[in-house]
Amino acid sequence: MNKTVNPNELTSDDDNGPLYVAQKKVYPQSISGTFRRIKWGLMAFCLGVYYFLPFVRWNRGLGAPSQAVLIDLPNSRFYFFFIELWPQEVYYFTGLLIVAAVALFLMNSVGGRIWCGYLCPQTVWTDLFYAVERFVEGDRRERMKKDQSSGLTPRRVGEIALKHAIWLMIAWWTGGAWVLYFNDAPTLVKELLTFQAPVIAYIWIGILTATTYLLAGFMREQVCTYMCPWPRIQAALTDEWALNVTYRYDRGEKRTSVKKAIELRALGQQVGDCVDCYQCVAVCPTGIDIRNGPQLECIQCGLCIDACDNVMTKIGRPKRLIGYDNDINIHRRQEGKAPVYKIVRARTVVYSAIIAAVGGFMIYTLATRSLLDVNVLHDRNPVAVKLSDGSIRNAYTVRLLNKSGYDRVIAIDANGPVNATVHVVGADSVTPDRPMIVIPRDTTSELRLLVTAPAESNPEKSIPVRFHVTDIGLGEVATATDNFVAP
Amino acid sequence: MTDHHGEFDSVSGRSTTGHEWDGIKELNTPLPRWWVITFYLTIVWAIGYWIVYPAWPLISNNTTGLFGYSSRADVAVELANLEKIRGDKMAALGAAPLAEIEKDPALLALARAKGKTVFGDNCAPCHGSGGAGAKGYPNLNDDDWLWGGTLDQIMQTIQYGARSGHAKAHEGQMLAFGKDGVLKSDEIVTVANYVRSLSGLSTRKGYDAAKGEKIFAENCVACHGDGGKGNPEMGAPNLTDKIWLYGSDEASLIETISLGRAGVMPAWEGRLDPATIKAMAVYVHSLGGGK
Repeated sequence: MNKTVNPNELTSDDDNGPLYVAQKKVYPQSISGTFRRIKWGLMAFCLGVYYFLPFVRWNRGLGAPSQAVLIDLPNSRFYFFFIELWPQEVYYFTGLLIVAAVALFLMNSVGGRIWCGYLCPQTVWTDLFYAVERFVEGDRRERMKKDQSSGLTPRRVGEIALKHAIWLMIAWWTGGAWVLYFNDAPTLVKELLTFQAPVIAYIWIGILTATTYLLAGFMREQVCTYMCPWPRIQAALTDEWALNVTYRYDRGEKRTSVKKAIELRALGQQVGDCVDCYQCVAVCPTGIDIRNGPQLECIQCGLCIDACDNVMTKIGRPKRLIGYDNDINIHRRQEGKAPVYKIVRARTVVYSAIIAAVGGFMIYTLATRSLLDVNVLHDRNPVAVKLSDGSIRNAYTVRLLNKSGYDRVIAIDANGPVNATVHVVGADSVTPDRPMIVIPRDTTSELRLLVTAPAESNPEKSIPVRFHVTDIGLGEVATATDNFVAP
Repeated sequence: MTDHHGEFDSVSGRSTTGHEWDGIKELNTPLPRWWVITFYLTIVWAIGYWIVYPAWPLISNNTTGLFGYSSRADVAVELANLEKIRGDKMAALGAAPLAEIEKDPALLALARAKGKTVFGDNCAPCHGSGGAGAKGYPNLNDDDWLWGGTLDQIMQTIQYGARSGHAKAHEGQMLAFGKDGVLKSDEIVTVANYVRSLSGLSTRKGYDAAKGEKIFAENCVACHGDGGKGNPEMGAPNLTDKIWLYGSDEASLIETISLGRAGVMPAWEGRLDPATIKAMAVYVHSLGGGK
């Protein structure tokens, strides 16, 4: 990517070198170690959740969807286990996004690009696609050799075909899992297999198959380097205490060979631990050299730590020549002081506090939210009506929301003008002045409500009215306030 | 001209663009090649759009594209679909007995939604968007009805209108007692005051109540009934209540008695289909004043 151009190679005064560069193919070598194990574990977890969550069932009673996580677009409902959200509760998603963003900041100030290296879908799927590539075509050296030799033997063609077939299958499954979040999964799977699913399902599977195949199979580190905004943002959010994947140059320099290092050490000379084996470069999925310091391209996956640790173990030197560290500690070591790790600092405390506050508020509102709600809108034209006996009537549009899984019987009371009567068009009444309505579960109903104040009461210009909506069976109450207006 | 090319940055080992800000030079970082390829692909894609979709304006029309797509045709299809979806529901509304609609929450909601839209398109110019009315145009929210306020009566009024020229329209009008020389001007003032007294309004000083009652009995009772209670058969308003279509002050009443009144409501039969008229009747009835 950072192609070096020597001025001597330039041909004319106007030549500043190439304007565009070809993608340099990266051949990451397989590696084993602590961070590789963490990455395998997280990959299995993330993909497991993504692919299998739609099949988890959750009993919500007859007539309601039995899928634990479901985005029901036609009926505008979102189901998440015991939570059911309506479109007007979209602010929970806002809260979730705030928590997610600040969690990202927190990760960044504690351990650098944890998201990029371990959790980002681009990383997870690219990692999986690399694993397939390695399984079919062999490790780094073999793949490089195969790519360089121009001859296409039948065996080689078979390998390439197999690799792309597996990639496409994974990509297809990825798109397939996506659409299952929007429909009853077992039903849709059956429909997909018998080609009876709605066309839009196939279109979405097609789109996600294409993006997965393209982004994880071909674009790979180019996505992180050129397309993603996060590397730029995170560079502005980091501080000197954040632990990032770091080459400890205090320990590594001067680089030399194993043999020479032993000789020089015997002579009592200062020698670095780095033996210039390039293992850290070989395993890097973005094809960089971590020893050049922090770089935009580095997703901090920690695989170079594993690679270096393996080499250090072999040559009998201490591990973690590359590790999670920062410049402060490198300098402290150079001065012979013990390293300091400061996780609790203003930045991390503030981020944690924001997460706790927003998260706590969301849990609180979610736990205490009412499953019965009422909205009232006063008629604008006319605001008040005089009846033939001189009494005054105001009309309201009342919207009742029953978010629960059972039908409700509701009584409406309006506390406003003295001796006023309340009537709901088309509704029965508990008593003559107490309209009674049935709202089916999981629906809203819009009613026309009339409040009439007798002529003798001679109401003031504007009187507040409080509407009490009571679930007769359960005693749940919702209230709304509006005004009663006299002409 | 300064030399702006091919400088070499010894720290990074890379060439610079020669551009310099406050002593900081910009490294020459080439764009990835796929980026520029993607850019050219978008141009090719745009050409595809020109071919597939309507794009270029010609003198009297435009290129139609390969498949003759038009957004206007899309709207027509969508509207036809909507009609199909609503058709069944409106058919159910049309089939339901008028009295049963308000008792069925689903039918009531449909009738009110349909009624509100149609009311806005057809009735609002005279009666106001919420049916509040104006002088000469009845308020449909109150409980005073010239031609009766039951569902059937409201529907009949909407269907045939009043003085609309339709064979089944409501007929009957307030005569011009002054203009036609039936009553003298002092008699008109007297009976106007009498009418005000019927609904408890104040009367002019020195007005002769007995004379007023006599004039009323001789001229008005035929339509407005004994005691002025009105008669919906003839569209004669109740003169004893608090609602006055043309105003209750003495001057307005004198004008009404002198010149007569004969407001017109058009017939909607033939202009709106029967199910829609039914929805309208339910909507107007449900505004609050329906009997």
